[in-house]
Amino acid sequence: MLDIPKSIRILLLLLTVLLACYPLWGEFFFGDRYEYYLQKLTFMMLLAILALSLDWLVGITGMVSIAQAAFFGVAGYTLVMLTPEFAAANVWVVLPAALVMAALAALVIGLLVIRTHGIFFIMATIAFSQMLYYLFHDAPFFGGSDGIYMFFRPEVSIGGVQLLNLEDRQTRFFIALVSLVAIYLLLRVMLRAPFGRVLRGIKENETRMRALGYNPLFYKLAAFVIAGTIAGYAGFLYTVQDAFVDPSAVSWTLSAHALVMVILGGLGTLFGPVLGAFAFEWLHYGFSNVTRHWELPLGIVVILMVLLLPRGIAGLLLDLSNRIPERKPDPAPAQGKGAAEAKPPIRETTKEARP
Amino acid sequence: MSRTVLETRDLTMRFGGLVAVDRVSLQVEARQVHAIIGPNGAGKSTMINLLTGALRPTAGQILFYGRDITGMSPNRISHLGMGRSFQRTNVFPSFTCLENCRLASQSRLKNSFRFFRPAESYRQVTERAERALELCGLSHRRHTPAAAMSHGEQRQLEIGMVLATDPRFLVLDEPMAGMGQRESETLLELLRELNREYALILVEHDMDAVFSIADVLTVMVNGAVIASGPLDAVRNSEAVQHAYLGEADAVEEA
Repeated sequence: MLDIPKSIRILLLLLTVLLACYPLWGEFFFGDRYEYYLQKLTFMMLLAILALSLDWLVGITGMVSIAQAAFFGVAGYTLVMLTPEFAAANVWVVLPAALVMAALAALVIGLLVIRTHGIFFIMATIAFSQMLYYLFHDAPFFGGSDGIYMFFRPEVSIGGVQLLNLEDRQTRFFIALVSLVAIYLLLRVMLRAPFGRVLRGIKENETRMRALGYNPLFYKLAAFVIAGTIAGYAGFLYTVQDAFVDPSAVSWTLSAHALVMVILGGLGTLFGPVLGAFAFEWLHYGFSNVTRHWELPLGIVVILMVLLLPRGIAGLLLDLSNRIPERKPDPAPAQGKGAAEAKPPIRETTKEARP
Repeated sequence: MSRTVLETRDLTMRFGGLVAVDRVSLQVEARQVHAIIGPNGAGKSTMINLLTGALRPTAGQILFYGRDITGMSPNRISHLGMGRSFQRTNVFPSFTCLENCRLASQSRLKNSFRFFRPAESYRQVTERAERALELCGLSHRRHTPAAAMSHGEQRQLEIGMVLATDPRFLVLDEPMAGMGQRESETLLELLRELNREYALILVEHDMDAVFSIADVLTVMVNGAVIASGPLDAVRNSEAVQHAYLGEADAVEEA
């Protein structure tokens, strides 16, 4: 899983380019709805960052957390609470503050849940995210269930010179895109580094890691805080985009949606959950145009997809890419993994193609 | 030069009413192969779990190179130089052989909070992993995922991973379990090789293997040691003949 096949890399690159060029082709295709879809895509990219951060926990480290939205929302609330009512906040203050608050929340919750495993871990993360939810939901200070509006988006300037105008939709679109790509690449780099290896080892066999001399708790906590901070970053941008925050940003429903994005996309593949986020949101959008109860048809689609593609979209792509013979004399190896692979030393790319 | 590597004093482990390990006192000297045998349920695996810190003893003491390690965590004990292999194969199936050993070897870095440089670029770590692969005879399988290898090879890898942690002492829990004749012989050869450098504790059901390699033999039954001493003396002792080797089934299992 460390190396994704070249064909998939090319596909991802093409999709990224296509997305980046949306401002060029979008208007031609969508006319009036160009602006609307621009915003939609921005939201999708930010949710994709959230899904990425969750995959780091669930797919890479093996911790099924239902608290990821908590850090997303904490960062969003931090931003709104620090923004003055009639002026823009300074991004160099509110962004670090939001990230620190998300990281702190992840550290505290992480310390409390990290020793539990399996179903207990899931329950513990739900419990803490619910506590946060009701904190924001019930405290009038945080705007209660109505949420709070932010009338001015943060100002991004150095020495009085404005660098970016966050009020501009297109700017926000590109910030989301650059962030998504950067975070994806960052996680890929970390996955290859010793830290990432340890996390993968923990996922596969924690007892063995202990016997080898690792203390899994430290690494799991670090992974939890890193993922929480990234989720916070997504939440920050999401709130900038929305100019509004309400308790749904902290809700366990959002955490669960993120988990569905990860599973739909393909656990532990990093690029899968990004695609999963787009697929999920696209279905969400499609069904909510038809019915208010969009979660029902969406649920059915998700169930079908899990049945048909147990390894998610990424699994499908990896299988397809295995069929494309790479420029080597021998043809693509047989699908049955055990038997055929016995003799020749197997190439990195093909054998890694299993999540 | 008989330096004591490992010593247990009245080591005891109770699970509720069951005494799994009953006041066991052992000594392992440098470069010794100390085999522990006994029928199923004799407490051998519990013994290993106690030595390596996976379980905390109810009573008694464990000294490793003279240092009291009773109740230490497995990871700390590993860093003191005790390498443990597992009875059930416990490799990382989706990792290649080399990655398995590299992850083991990487544990000797001060910590693995290294986020950016690729793991392959840590030269010492990789070299140690390669050496371990060579020792356990799997260099040619370097890039094969563990899941695609035979059971015997996975057992070899299991030991390779232990070696990659640069241990001073090996605790091997049934390394031959489930191996065919030829595979066992290869592994036995490896153990002999390792014994030139390391002292080791070997829990094993394969009697031929035990008799051909052990210097000291300890026989456990129902948690207690019924005989312990130089191989020949113990093998011929009446108590052992009666309690263990006499039982046809127990031997058959090996």
